[in-house]
Amino acid sequence: MSDEKYIFQPETKKALIIAAVLGIILVIAGILTTGSGSHGADEHQTMVNASENLLASTDHTALVAADAEGDHHGETAPWLKRLFTNLWINNVYFTGIAIIGLCFVAIQYAASAGWSAGIKRIPLAMASWLPFAAVLMIAVWFVANHDIFHWTHTSLYGADGDDILKGKQAFFFWPLTGEGGLPIFYILRMVIFFGLWYMFFIWIKKEMLAEDLNGGTKHWFKLRSLSAIFLIVFAVSSSISAWDWVMSIDPHWFSTMFGWYVFASWWVTGLAGITFGVIWLKEKGYLKIVNENHLHDLGKFVFAFSIFWAYIWFSQFLLIYYANIPEETIYFIERMKTSPYSWVFYVNLIANFLLPFLLFMTRDAKRKMAIMKLVAIIVFVGHWFDFYLMISPGVMKQQGGIGFMEIGMTLIFGAAFIFVMLTNLAKVPLVAKNHPMLEESLHHHT
Amino acid sequence: MKADKNFVLGVYEDEDILIKAIKATRSAGIKIQEVYSPFPVHGIEDALGYGRSKMPIVAFMFGFLGTVLALVMQYGMMGFDWPMIIGGKDFVALPPFIPVTFELTVLLAALGMVGTFMVINDLKPYNKPRIYDLRITDDKHVMAIDLGVNKVNKNEITKILQKSGAIEVNDKNFD
Repeated sequence: MSDEKYIFQPETKKALIIAAVLGIILVIAGILTTGSGSHGADEHQTMVNASENLLASTDHTALVAADAEGDHHGETAPWLKRLFTNLWINNVYFTGIAIIGLCFVAIQYAASAGWSAGIKRIPLAMASWLPFAAVLMIAVWFVANHDIFHWTHTSLYGADGDDILKGKQAFFFWPLTGEGGLPIFYILRMVIFFGLWYMFFIWIKKEMLAEDLNGGTKHWFKLRSLSAIFLIVFAVSSSISAWDWVMSIDPHWFSTMFGWYVFASWWVTGLAGITFGVIWLKEKGYLKIVNENHLHDLGKFVFAFSIFWAYIWFSQFLLIYYANIPEETIYFIERMKTSPYSWVFYVNLIANFLLPFLLFMTRDAKRKMAIMKLVAIIVFVGHWFDFYLMISPGVMKQQGGIGFMEIGMTLIFGAAFIFVMLTNLAKVPLVAKNHPMLEESLHHHT
Repeated sequence: MKADKNFVLGVYEDEDILIKAIKATRSAGIKIQEVYSPFPVHGIEDALGYGRSKMPIVAFMFGFLGTVLALVMQYGMMGFDWPMIIGGKDFVALPPFIPVTFELTVLLAALGMVGTFMVINDLKPYNKPRIYDLRITDDKHVMAIDLGVNKVNKNEITKILQKSGAIEVNDKNFD
């Protein structure tokens, strides 16, 4: 087996830089068109009225009104708030793709999977984004916390504050109270999760590269144990990070499915990323050892987990729909029946369930690179909408929307992500030549 | 000679020899009726030149039938036959119909596939199966060649089978 290595061509670099510059121009265009006018306030009032009508018979009304007043604390301009929202959406989205890269590698080792031996370097390279994600996430949190997270306002925890948030303050502010202001427990969790993920990434990567040099099965067995431990850590941390980074944007609302929901969304996006990466490299003439049997398995993964995502989505929706409790249904009313979001709500379902389900149903579709690329792109866009729909309504209320800024920011993040991924991919051999299961992977047949 | 009555059976001991023999027999222009083996032999369907199974299409058809039936059934029941107020929802509301629709889709796809499999393989109840050779359930592979559909004569077939590594070549007649 030759030492195949990916070469990061200057043309590719140039294309990525152009994409990023285009993104910056689009973001600036978005800022200029959003402006700093306060025309959103009227719309906001209509929405508060609508919620009051909806909830007229419950004492929840007071709470929604208090919520609305709470939003007027900061005098942040709409464009800045929207910029923060975009930063947060893309942070969560691309952090997910990166950590799923590591999670995929770990699952392959923990399950002693042979078929994937030839493609593990691609998910590993995806996880190289983790340190950048950590820095960006923590930095954006410190700049934008009052705009994105309603619960960070200390005035909510005073004597005439918000009773629901007072009940949750320990989860954010421990060992302080809400009036203390600094959510130590929350920040600590963010730092610890990124720390643990990065630590396992370095550890697993080191063993994988040592295997290239030394061969033997010693590294494989060590990787299997490491992976099993990482998966336990990730099972807990992915759930809690979903509550922290996404669910706490709507702090009065909660769903017990939410950790799974975010994981399902991350996981299928990450799988689409691996699929797209493998096909892209194959079309460039790399990865000769990967044939349509391996692609078929990746296709089955994307197909199956699109259905899994829909299952989780529907389970969350049906429970809330049936129970019909105002503080729960408000989440779906904001997304399904309120103006800038209701089309995204349906696009989300079509792009993430219906299209992958129908396009990927036959065996042939999962073995053809053109269809696989198409589905991967649909899944990327669809799950971006999914995170948009989780985050934007809670922050922007009715002032949100999809325009230049959303497209531009996604381009910047995407280009940066791919740049980091390809840079790291070029540093190591593309094929793990001493992987004990490489031979099995070569003869993989589905 | 009538079809499906008179057979020549090649008996093989080893599955690698069997697969080579299947290829040799087919390239000599002989149609193989069926090959019986006590365990699944990898690559045998390629050697026999079988195309892709059409079972996925059957699964889709029955699954789609299940989806349609479930939706129509619930629409009829909740909308016309016996409307009930449940949790203050509309009589005909899509979300609560989805779990039933899902279950019926899966059920009909599964039962439809099992049924189709039994029909195309002639596995009807009280069907008395033909036994070509008792050892196919134990340790021998048997290749059955229908004399009624082959133009090659019996001696020729016997010769080819013996050359391809058959430990025995037997006749079998069903009346």
